[in-house]
Amino acid sequence: MNAARESIVTADGLTKRFAEVAAVDGLSFSVNHGEIFGLVGPDGAGKTTTMRMLAGVLRPDGGGIVIDGVDVVADPESGKPHLSYMPQRFGLYEELTVDENIRFYADLFEVAQDVREERASRLLAASGMSQFRGRRAGQLSGGMKQKLGLTCALVHTPQILLLDEPTTGVDPVSRREFWGILYGLREEGVTILITTAYLDEAERCNRLALLHNGHLLYCDTPAALKQRMSGAVVAITSSAGRAAHAAIADLAGVSNVILVGSGVHAVVDDAASRIPALRDALQRGNVVFDDIAVTAPSIEDVFVALLEDERRPR
Amino acid sequence: MTAPVAADAQVDAQVVVENLVKRFGDFVAVDHASFRIGHGEIMGFLGPNGAGKSTIIRILCGLLRPSAGRVSVAGIDVARDPELVRQRIGYMSQKFSLYRDLTVEENLRFFGGIYRVPRGELAERMRFAIDMAGLGGREKTLVGTLAGGWQQRLALGCAVLHRPPILFLDEPTSGVEPKSRRRFWDLIHALAADGVTVLVSTHYMDEAEYCHRAALINQGRIIATGSPDALKHTALGGELLLIECEALGPALAALRQQAPGVIDASVFGNAIHVLVRDADRGIDELPAYLERRALPPIRIERINPSLEDVFVQLIAADAAKRRQAA
Ligand SMILES: Nc1ncnc2c1ncn2[C@@H]1O[C@H](COP(=O)(O)OP(=O)(O)OP(=O)(O)O)[C@@H](O)[C@H]1O
Ligand SMILES: Nc1ncnc2c1ncn2[C@@H]1O[C@H](COP(=O)(O)OP(=O)(O)O)[C@@H](O)[C@H]1O
Ligand SMILES: [Mg+2]
Ligand SMILES: [Mg+2]
Repeated sequence: MNAARESIVTADGLTKRFAEVAAVDGLSFSVNHGEIFGLVGPDGAGKTTTMRMLAGVLRPDGGGIVIDGVDVVADPESGKPHLSYMPQRFGLYEELTVDENIRFYADLFEVAQDVREERASRLLAASGMSQFRGRRAGQLSGGMKQKLGLTCALVHTPQILLLDEPTTGVDPVSRREFWGILYGLREEGVTILITTAYLDEAERCNRLALLHNGHLLYCDTPAALKQRMSGAVVAITSSAGRAAHAAIADLAGVSNVILVGSGVHAVVDDAASRIPALRDALQRGNVVFDDIAVTAPSIEDVFVALLEDERRPR
Repeated sequence: MTAPVAADAQVDAQVVVENLVKRFGDFVAVDHASFRIGHGEIMGFLGPNGAGKSTIIRILCGLLRPSAGRVSVAGIDVARDPELVRQRIGYMSQKFSLYRDLTVEENLRFFGGIYRVPRGELAERMRFAIDMAGLGGREKTLVGTLAGGWQQRLALGCAVLHRPPILFLDEPTSGVEPKSRRRFWDLIHALAADGVTVLVSTHYMDEAEYCHRAALINQGRIIATGSPDALKHTALGGELLLIECEALGPALAALRQQAPGVIDASVFGNAIHVLVRDADRGIDELPAYLERRALPPIRIERINPSLEDVFVQLIAADAAKRRQAA
């Protein structure tokens, strides 16, 4: 990467064990000032555990964390003024209203009166919650609670934001609004670490760390990760995705066949020779399809391929 | 499992909802919703946060009383006999329902008891649930220490423990990684093929494509229902173009003003999706329109709509219609 970009968060050989499970196992990466850095990987890969250690709420068993030049393992309190952490299950006060919850967090972070009102109304408007400010948090829908949690976490502007699956349960329209807000914060120079189960969101990060079993597999920009894929991705557009999957999954030279909304994606070693074979197999299986063509790999194709390599016994 | 009774979908509807209304004080959460779900059908529930999806599902489970309207599940009037309904259904709530300080195995045994799984079958059913959730080897782990996605999978395992013929799944894959989400859907399809009727809510638009039919809900009303194909091709009410442009913001504004043949436009990633009455005409006319405003397009092409396009478009159109009515 560009040497001129200074790193603001560094994890070095980070390790955390829970009884016999090594949740995080010698993990090293560094996050540049002002970037959106995504932690992605299968369930149980260690994303939340990593976030919790960075936030200073969980002590590592080994390794170091430096935030803005300060060793926060030695002094956990020293990192806290710099960052805001939104855990996977954000604690709301169910008996308090939307506004009261926001006020509580704004007080906690000592946000000035005028700033907090401006922020809160902008965030609530973006998530379509303005009309519900007087409603008790316990009576909000699941996604609305999530949005309130986000509003509370974003009501002050820290230097570093740690967001653990902030958009889980948030509807597609609001997710886009939310990413608009994150881009705005990045413009202001805020550094953002985020985990997500939505791979279209992973695509929006500046850089991604792909975790598996507590290890770092790859860390790079989405575009560079895509370059690592060998072979080509073929997209078959069909409303009979399941049948298409079954018809082609075992063909020679074809791997990592996955269902996608519009049909299936398959990785092939050589597009020119495999596309006719795929076509034949689909016809033999009486699978109706609209189109078959090489497509640019999505970040999901890349992860499936990279994780598959990892899981294959060697 | 009892053999599915062959009959036409209308007679055979496992879930019937007619003019359902739910008010919380003055607030109308469900506003005259009507729909049916056939035997072995997978019906998706889509809609913005707060649309009323969970409220409808809770009413179907007999957990919440409707303010008005009729609801029947497996031929049973839910208002009259909620207890009987609960024996026929599996319910996975959006809110976490497992015991965090019990182990995986203890949770399953507990739910097996609640759902009255016969003693002789319990071991086999627990095995099935653990395999399905991919939790083999973690039977003795405390649920509270499992990664979030695993907890979701276990919750689904608990919901199908007693082989219910009808499943209500409220955001079952929320926060679950893509690979396990696919496994989840393989399972849902296998259950449906065995005659299980499924109602499932989701915010993942790719999952909506895997449903037989989907209902789009906004502010308590059902604003569209249909197969994913039908929603993409007829409900959208036009054809779709993708336009790439240097200045996205100004181009979006220009397209929304008085661009010829444009119904609506919205930003998707680093491009604009434009809903037009006629794609060929749009490809002819829009480049010149944008160039006149010093916003020359880098790329313009016709694309197949995704369900996300349908979602964004129909919700925006419904909001506009309500504003006009008000
Ligand atoms: N007990 C209650 N008292 C008052 N309002 C309620 C109550 N329960 C739900 N609501 C309101 O009803 C509306 C519908 O909520 P519901 O949980 O059904 O939404 P949803 O479609 O499931 O949303 P999400 O996608 O966020 O899960 C929301 O405005 C919610 O705040
Ligand atoms: N408090 C805990 N006690 C025991 N095991 C834990 C605890 N927290 C996490 N784990 C385990 O550590 C691993 C990583 O979990 P987590 O960091 O939550 O994963 P992710 O967020 O990537 O899904 C999992 O095996 C999980 O079960
Ligand atoms: Mg997690
Ligand atoms: Mg809900």
